[in-house]
Amino acid sequence: MGFPPNLGRPVGSVPDMTSIWSQLEPLLAKVGKPARYIGCEDGAIRPSHGPDIVSWLLLYPDTYEIGLPNQGLQILYEILNERDDAAAERSYAPWVDLEAELRASGLPLFSVETHRPAGAFDLLAFNLSAELTYTNLLNCVDLAQVPVRAAERRDDHPLVCAGGHCTYNPEPLADFLDFVVLGDGEEVVSEITEVVGDWKRSGRHDRVGVLRQLAQVEGVYVPSLYEVAYDGPRLVSVEPRFADVPALVPKRTVADLAQWPYPKRQLVPVTEVVHDRLNVEVFRGCTRGCRFCQAGMITRPVRERPAEQVRTMVSDGLRRTGYDEVALTSLSTADFSGIESVVAGIVDDPTNCGQVSVSLPSLRVDAFTVGVAAQIQKARRTGLTFAPEAGTWRMRQVINKLIREEDLYGAVESAYSQGWRRMKLYFLVGLPTETDEDTLGIAELGRNVVEIGRRFHKNPSVTVSVGGFVPKPFTPFQWFGQNTVAELQRKVNLLRDATRRERGVDLKWHDPKASLAEGIASRGDRRIGAVIEEVWRRGGTFQEWSEFFRLDLWLEAMAAQGLDPDWYTHRHRELDEVLPWDHLSAGLHKDFLWQDWRDALDELGLEDCRWTPCYDCGACTGYSIEHVVASAVPPAGGSQGTGVDLSRGGAVPVSLLGRAGRDAAEAVPT
Amino acid sequence: MRLRVRFREVGPIRFIGHRDLARIWERAIRRAELPIAYSEGFSPRPKLHFGLALSVGHESEAEYLDIDLVSPVLLDGLADELTAALPEGIEVTAVAEVSRQAEALQAVVDLVTWHADLAGTDPDQLREHVARFLARSSVEARVVRKAKEVTIDVRPVVVDLRVLDVAPVDWADATGPVLVAELATRPRAVRPGELWAAFEPPLEPRLVRRHEQWITNDDGVRRPPLAVGAPEPVAAPPLAS
Repeated sequence: MGFPPNLGRPVGSVPDMTSIWSQLEPLLAKVGKPARYIGCEDGAIRPSHGPDIVSWLLLYPDTYEIGLPNQGLQILYEILNERDDAAAERSYAPWVDLEAELRASGLPLFSVETHRPAGAFDLLAFNLSAELTYTNLLNCVDLAQVPVRAAERRDDHPLVCAGGHCTYNPEPLADFLDFVVLGDGEEVVSEITEVVGDWKRSGRHDRVGVLRQLAQVEGVYVPSLYEVAYDGPRLVSVEPRFADVPALVPKRTVADLAQWPYPKRQLVPVTEVVHDRLNVEVFRGCTRGCRFCQAGMITRPVRERPAEQVRTMVSDGLRRTGYDEVALTSLSTADFSGIESVVAGIVDDPTNCGQVSVSLPSLRVDAFTVGVAAQIQKARRTGLTFAPEAGTWRMRQVINKLIREEDLYGAVESAYSQGWRRMKLYFLVGLPTETDEDTLGIAELGRNVVEIGRRFHKNPSVTVSVGGFVPKPFTPFQWFGQNTVAELQRKVNLLRDATRRERGVDLKWHDPKASLAEGIASRGDRRIGAVIEEVWRRGGTFQEWSEFFRLDLWLEAMAAQGLDPDWYTHRHRELDEVLPWDHLSAGLHKDFLWQDWRDALDELGLEDCRWTPCYDCGACTGYSIEHVVASAVPPAGGSQGTGVDLSRGGAVPVSLLGRAGRDAAEAVPT
Repeated sequence: MRLRVRFREVGPIRFIGHRDLARIWERAIRRAELPIAYSEGFSPRPKLHFGLALSVGHESEAEYLDIDLVSPVLLDGLADELTAALPEGIEVTAVAEVSRQAEALQAVVDLVTWHADLAGTDPDQLREHVARFLARSSVEARVVRKAKEVTIDVRPVVVDLRVLDVAPVDWADATGPVLVAELATRPRAVRPGELWAAFEPPLEPRLVRRHEQWITNDDGVRRPPLAVGAPEPVAAPPLAS
């Protein structure tokens, strides 16, 4: 930690595309887990490079173990490498021991496939999934021996860009990124390749010119082409500097997932990574409408993959990779049309070699879902995870996670009775309007779940995991002032006291201090860039790793810039306030989000629009596309987010909570 | 049916750990659609029996693995099939059937031959260095065992040390001189890295490979658990259904 950052490579020295493997090899003998730097994955491609080929280095700004499974990067990796005019390799943040060795030897960051210097690629493209990785992004750019500030890069430096959920507010990184991509990347990477290819073939002159051209690509945002005005602390406007630069940058959305059956050759690493299994995305987008959930808001509408294609991707994938586990991924996989028959088909496929287990990473909280889980997880029934998110029905109406207590109890009873022993429950504290009664409701739910478990097992255990809520852009809660560290800690302490003598309830919580830094980065404006740079320069990398997280660095950097953390994080925002991401669009109408925020404060739930009338959030209409859902009615079980019993499945009473029929809201049990 | 597999592990793949290797083999066996046996119980595991673990960073010409199958398979072409299902750098060089009653590899292997590439060292100086080492009856080294630093005598396990002026022809990545070390696995195994460190001054090989593992019989004759190029199958096995 705390190495003198490189200030870019000396003027005039152009890195060649030669591999640094021979210099790297002796260093690998000295560092921990060297297998994360060798590549060698099944599915990896060693592309050829050349003057007519646009070279992309796809980076995940965290360790290999965390970054390798990222499906977004793997999809783009394949799409790019299928093109004749593009070559894609990958890189990840080196752990601190290798970083020290690289800096001591003057070696740059490298790709894992061919171990080429990162600075020799045309584009460094980052996936940004978590705000606390921002300092790692700067560190990777610096290790690439490229200036961290976009304004200091010359024509022969790579273009540094980013995509992923965090880029819906890229303003804190505006000084460091040449451009940003909003939304689905499947199509736009090809359009970018074409623009950059023309630039490369014409000699790679005029960096500003190519950025102007990239700004014409739908979904691409070039921060340097916008002028930002402030009035004291307040943001007044973010306006394009040129007439041809869009005033509002829309996200990209692929209409039909069936056209994109990627990854076709999922990477199989030679060393252990998180989610080390086959992953098949069954749908993208979610309209459950949980108000805290940025992913659900920004990825609308729902686009299901055809069940037949899911089956093919699963069986081909298992055979090719040798994995014995497949995860059907999405934001709420139990909502996939015909999920039961799909999973049954996978488990009972006679061509499976050995026993195959299926995992549903995001279980819905009801007994039906547990039934599906039971059907597919015949072996290794150890733990199940549910996310009720809040402790009381009132609180769950505010956040629009309309799970009845009966849904949860039905789910855990079903799970315990079918052999699962450990339950894990996820909750948020620091939600809007939260009272101590709501907080303590979390302990109450945990206690009741253990109580149910006692009917089936001698010593049931329930892990209650609590995170501090951080409001995110493009959600109804983007106007909410998040709880202070002290308030979050007080709530955690309330829960500690309430669960201390509860046998079987194991309370775990995230450090509330990290929520503050995350909040600063999440809703910050361009002025936060200097803070991120300062935290990085003082050695603050791997901030999402608790052993490296240092709030003091963040607070000192804020103070040095004359910025007030309270103003950025704890303050409620008003409708007329210009938000740093107002010039970007996730397809959602701002008045929809504001109305949803008001509904939240009124404790008013909103039904899933997949199976009910449209609320005109904007996600479908703006793109002339619609939800792609195979089933016209929701699957059976629980309350399906409506708060009423739908255990027999079938039709949801559509008028129940539609915005037009809001008067009927009293039909929801409270 | 129990298979014994001999494989090489060379190149960048040598940086994987033992757990990584186990997972790689589990996947490769499923990819090759071998009818592997699973353990009983709550959490069934495929029945793979590895020999002595190879340290991270070391290459090997002679790794061994026993695999239990629920039904017999044809050995013909199996080595290539497994190699195709394994990552680059891991290559199966022999496959044979062994008795279910065969003792575990970890128990029967009593001697390991190591090659250390000491590129840049003068061969004659190295020979003197080695002679001084062998002349001692006891050589103490500080090593870490079970997260604790302890002092052990490494000398008793050193059966032989000799120096080759240039690397063997089958070791393309090495230049030599090469130190050949024969280390007994008993009474107490010593890792090659611990042996190099016990020299004064310590040896710093650029590359280390396990050249062979040996089983010594009662007459003092030693042989590898499986020689390269599979022996004839014990009996023509019936076709797998």
